[in-house]
Amino acid sequence: MKKKRLLFVVALLILQGLRINAQSTFPVNDIADPKERCYAFINATIVTNAQTTLQNATLVIRKGKIEAVGAKAAVPKDAVVVDCKGKYIYPSFIDMYSDYGTDAPQRAAGGGFRGSSQMLSNTKGAYGWNQAIRSETDAAKIFAVNDAKAKELRAIGFGTVLTHQMDGISRGTGAVVTLATEKENMAMLKEKASANYSFNKGSSTQDYPTSLMGCIALLRQNFLDAQWYKTKPVTEGTNLSLQAFLDNQSLPQIFDANDKWNDLRADKVGDEFGVQYIIKAGGNEYQRIGEVKATNASFIVPLNFPQAMDVEDPADARFVSLSDMKHWEMAPTNPAAFEKASINFALTTNGLKETNIFLANLRKAIQQGLSEQKALKALTETPATLLGMYDKVGSLEAGKLANFLIVSAPVFSDKAVIYQNWIQGNKYLLKEDGWQDIRGNYTLVINNTTNTLSIKGEAGKPSAEIIGVDTTKVDLTIKDKLVMMVIDFKKDSIHSARLNGVISEENWGGTGQTVAGSPISWTATKTSGQSAVADTAKGKKTESPVLVTSPVTYPFNGYGFTEMPKQQNILIKNATVWTNEKEGILANSDVLIKNGKIAAIGKNLSDAAAKIIDGTGKHLSAGIIDEHSHIAGTGGINECSQSVTSEVRIADIIDPEDVDIYRQLSGGVTSSHILHGSCNTIGGQTQLIKLRWGANAEQLRFAGSDPFIKFALGENVKRSYSNSSNRFPDTRMGVEQVLTDAFTRARDYEAMGPGKRRDLELDALVEIMNKKRFITCHSYVQSEITSAMRVAEKFGFKVNTFTHILEGYKVADKMKAHGANASTFSDWWSYKMEVVDAIPQNAYLMQKEGINVAINSDDGEMARRLNQEAAKSVKYTDMSEEDALKMVTLNPATMLHVADKTGSIKAGKDADLVLWSDNPLSIYAKAEKTIVDGVVYYDIEKDKLLREGIAKERARLIQKMIGAKKGGEKTSPATPSFRERNYCEEDHHEGKTFWGRIDNNKLSTDNQ
Amino acid sequence: MKKILLFIALLISGVAMAQENMHPSPAQTGTIALTNGIIHIGNGQVIENGMIVFSNGKIRDVRATASIADVKVIDLKGKHVYPGVIAASTNLGLVEVSAVRSTADYDEVGDINPSIRSLVAYNTDSKVINTLRSNGVLLAHVVPQGGTISGTSSVVQLDAWNWEDAAYKADNGIHFNMPSLVAVPAQFRRPGDEDRVKQSLEKIERIRTFFREAKAYHNQAPHPQVNLKLEAVQGLFDKSKIFFVHCNLVKEMMMAISMAKEFDFKLVLVGADDSWLMTDMLKQNNVAVILSQPHSVPETDDDDVDQPYKTGAALQKAGILFTICQDGGDGFWRQRNLPFQAGTMAAYGLTKEQALTAITLSAAKILGIDNITGSLETGKDANIVISEGDLLDMKSSKVTQAFIQGREINLDNKQKQLFERYKYKYSIK
Repeated sequence: MKKKRLLFVVALLILQGLRINAQSTFPVNDIADPKERCYAFINATIVTNAQTTLQNATLVIRKGKIEAVGAKAAVPKDAVVVDCKGKYIYPSFIDMYSDYGTDAPQRAAGGGFRGSSQMLSNTKGAYGWNQAIRSETDAAKIFAVNDAKAKELRAIGFGTVLTHQMDGISRGTGAVVTLATEKENMAMLKEKASANYSFNKGSSTQDYPTSLMGCIALLRQNFLDAQWYKTKPVTEGTNLSLQAFLDNQSLPQIFDANDKWNDLRADKVGDEFGVQYIIKAGGNEYQRIGEVKATNASFIVPLNFPQAMDVEDPADARFVSLSDMKHWEMAPTNPAAFEKASINFALTTNGLKETNIFLANLRKAIQQGLSEQKALKALTETPATLLGMYDKVGSLEAGKLANFLIVSAPVFSDKAVIYQNWIQGNKYLLKEDGWQDIRGNYTLVINNTTNTLSIKGEAGKPSAEIIGVDTTKVDLTIKDKLVMMVIDFKKDSIHSARLNGVISEENWGGTGQTVAGSPISWTATKTSGQSAVADTAKGKKTESPVLVTSPVTYPFNGYGFTEMPKQQNILIKNATVWTNEKEGILANSDVLIKNGKIAAIGKNLSDAAAKIIDGTGKHLSAGIIDEHSHIAGTGGINECSQSVTSEVRIADIIDPEDVDIYRQLSGGVTSSHILHGSCNTIGGQTQLIKLRWGANAEQLRFAGSDPFIKFALGENVKRSYSNSSNRFPDTRMGVEQVLTDAFTRARDYEAMGPGKRRDLELDALVEIMNKKRFITCHSYVQSEITSAMRVAEKFGFKVNTFTHILEGYKVADKMKAHGANASTFSDWWSYKMEVVDAIPQNAYLMQKEGINVAINSDDGEMARRLNQEAAKSVKYTDMSEEDALKMVTLNPATMLHVADKTGSIKAGKDADLVLWSDNPLSIYAKAEKTIVDGVVYYDIEKDKLLREGIAKERARLIQKMIGAKKGGEKTSPATPSFRERNYCEEDHHEGKTFWGRIDNNKLSTDNQ
Repeated sequence: MKKILLFIALLISGVAMAQENMHPSPAQTGTIALTNGIIHIGNGQVIENGMIVFSNGKIRDVRATASIADVKVIDLKGKHVYPGVIAASTNLGLVEVSAVRSTADYDEVGDINPSIRSLVAYNTDSKVINTLRSNGVLLAHVVPQGGTISGTSSVVQLDAWNWEDAAYKADNGIHFNMPSLVAVPAQFRRPGDEDRVKQSLEKIERIRTFFREAKAYHNQAPHPQVNLKLEAVQGLFDKSKIFFVHCNLVKEMMMAISMAKEFDFKLVLVGADDSWLMTDMLKQNNVAVILSQPHSVPETDDDDVDQPYKTGAALQKAGILFTICQDGGDGFWRQRNLPFQAGTMAAYGLTKEQALTAITLSAAKILGIDNITGSLETGKDANIVISEGDLLDMKSSKVTQAFIQGREINLDNKQKQLFERYKYKYSIK
């Protein structure tokens, strides 16, 4: 009883609500036209949500909302009744990643690496310093109904979207709007429904950030700044961007990561600040679904499956990578991968070249294992729930908005035609044809001649023929209620005619002309329905979909593993062992590896459980360590925009799939120190990695190693090759002051009391002064080397390593006294003014003065031959072979503070080893096995199998793509899969790519 | 006192010269016999305990060591003897410091510049040259870069007072940079790149038209108006000049072959990274190749990781005449590693002698100078390198003596001098 009364009150309230809704501030330039807009859709199959389907049910709507839904729902007397027999009704779809009606501005041209810098935001008003932080932007305030775009989305079943302006790193808030083309006021359901973020600075013309790691650093600092801003610091004044960022934190936080690795990067930043992002995926998550799942995030998944490429021309096909072709094949498995992994996800139209392929792509995804139920949920309930809007949209229940679709068949079947998309109780007609099922037999009377007309085919796409002695095909064109038929009796052309008329229930009729031009009239009367006509739809049998079964490889490219290699116990017998220890080079010795560590070195070792490798005639050395590398980074390894960027971190942008990792394993490299570039004085934080090919970015990190940072001096940081640089410094005098100033600020910052704004840039410098972080400093000429040491001494620390250091030999005594290490090139010179005094005897001279010296690569190519680069010191000086090899093994380990773990062959150290075919200093030596932590990541024999596998897999995929083209699929031209290669000096510089080389037919200078 | 003694010692030893007062050697007088050397002829043959006799700059005799009278005998005591290495395509002497624009003289303004001559800008006093000689590189093919037809190249010997002295084979080829025939990937696309292949094809057609006009010009004499550009390419038609086409990819190389056929040019491909994909066609058309440096990364992620190392072996197997170069902007100072680049090819499918042939005799053949150099054979110039160990392996290569046209050249260089200066500072012996 109580319950009923409550219901009554609620109903009353709803009614009153409706009454209140009937008012509006908008004046009417017409006669007022209030309506109940009550409709009853009867006899329908109603799918109220992903779990529930009602047969032969009724849906009642009134004033834009659902009044009742159910098998027994009463039809109100004032309802317009729509018979939906044979039709399906679904809640209309929701896209929670859209910029509908909130288009982003285009970025103004100009600037560029060699142009002058824009150091601050040029947004007018009391906003923040960085133009890419646009937290103050509210989609609700800029939203404008866009008829054309709404129509596109409605045509594929959408009724509601979360729209936000896709511009900047912090993009402000998104609004939930329907796709009704009423006033914006009516379409907007929720003003602030989300806060949105990305790694893309969008239209910002400001220099900072230029790199992905800069974007991440900026976001991080913005979190800290916002916290600090809560204290209303006087020195900051009003900062509307920070205030908005704070205010937006309570909303669902959506991050446009757009790639499997970026998904993880976004999630990691969120974790640091206690935020769980909803992540907009990139479509390649199936390649790392385990890691993606581990984020615990909900995802917004696009259906951006790439088109097949036209790879018929073998010369063009050559440059399409296996990984791109394989992604083409596997991309449709992505949504199913999310479902299998039980990851909560919504679907989006974002990322589609043409919106209208959404449903076709969704069907592909369903063919590849996505369940229809999950698909529907991902388009309705999930996005509604994520946005806190499930009380209004996302299912068909009384009280929710009347947003629904009327479809000819189950909505994801390929026969389905969406006839109508109702939004907020307004009907949007998509396709009238076929609403009424005209299929069947008719008696066609043309000027008293009687024929039998048969209409068959799909309800939405009927075809017609005249049945008689000779069955004659009729050209049938139906537009809404208008019909046109062209009948051509081949044998009896006198009766051939062109007819037009109107369809009206079961009786058609109209006028026409005979071939001779005389006017005629006609009628057609239905004699039997569709069931009487065998559905002879002669359309090709729908081919049963081919399930993609090729395995994901780690990394997702030709040299990836289908199964990661395992740590083994290995006994290498009878090799020449270069220990790098006081034992020196041991002839005919054995080395035992257990549990990833070197267990024993000696003669006649045995271990029944170990795998035996015969080392007879071969040489075993410690793995090569490259002190200066720029491989395995993505989104730029230079944050060039400011002279001090100690807040950026290479660790944020490690790309574990860079094929250079594998290539360098083939040259015996086991560890690489991935550095920020050299385009500013205080660059970014570096990351030491082990080349664990196939692992993810976190797993690549050399665990427990000391943190380092890249500094740089000289020509690069003063931007000597720019004609219009306005960035301080422009001289070596200025460089010294940048250093002094930065550490002065850091010292003052450290001394500040509690409540200070945490500054990630200065934190890193404080760490240096406290000997918690160490410098590797790009440097060339003696004056700057000495200056850097003197600045460091003034602030009580040492420059750990001078890298490049081509004039180190001139001040080797001073470097020794300071306590610096040196990491240099073997023989590079003459490529720029500051290296005209470089000599190949540099390493030797510095070593003679007692400095720990390494040879580095700074070059993805040369890193494969670092052993040979070390050998050049044997050629140009009388350095011993043993000392030479140490320059690429033990010595870099020492300067990177990991010599207790790697760099020599000593019991207890990590089993980072290389088995060489010859003396490792010889040009003829090949790495046959490269072992990291006891795992054989490169094996010259297995490499042969990989090559065969690549050739086979490429051939298969090329045939498949050609097949797709022949089968009528749309293709795009073969696009070369060239990647950027990172070099020290410049950011995203085209000349440094293979592409740049073939493009210009000339190599630009390698700048180091 | 000690210092004075040292000074005198230096004076006597003759190395107390700075780069600036090192000088080219005078012409050979008398006869020299190098004996007891391991002689790598350059054509694949090795004479284990051999002897080379040369006078007036020419090799008179190469054979097993025997006693010889009335000549200056240098006993090599088992050292290795090689033909002078030839840098087959380089901007040596046209640039001193890559990044300093004012030192660069290899890239002229304009698109069709066949009359530009590298020889006239070749700087014999470049400090880089001496660092090549001391690693065994004695000759260089100096090539202009840039534009579509970048100019005319020359071969120089690396011990000269001035470019006229240096000229070894003047104006031996014309250089054409084949426009790229691969679509521009989206991430590298700039406005106007949408249809790069089409633009390139149009450009190639313009170059064909240029040669058609040149041919017509050739047939008409005297000319009412002299056209220097058309004049400059006349040597291509009578094959006194070589048509060097710089390109890397299959389509571009096929296009080069078709152009050479149309005009009956003597074709050499430079770069030719992907030549291993079309060895049959190269062989059938008798095309020679100056291959990009083996020390390159593979072109695609899917390529064999050692593909550039072993491309030379693929060409050798197919019987294609080839050498290697170190192209690009830093292709001057990097030439000193040319022997090691060859060494890498020897590790990846060539024999050591085949690898040596590639950078000596084959280079000479390709450049049209094999009648006078490229191997240690009677009648050729005495361009000779002596090394303590294997010249192709940095572990053992130590060049102790070298001769250009019989002249023993000074193997000192700026870097050795700086080394000495700082050995002195740190009292290192």
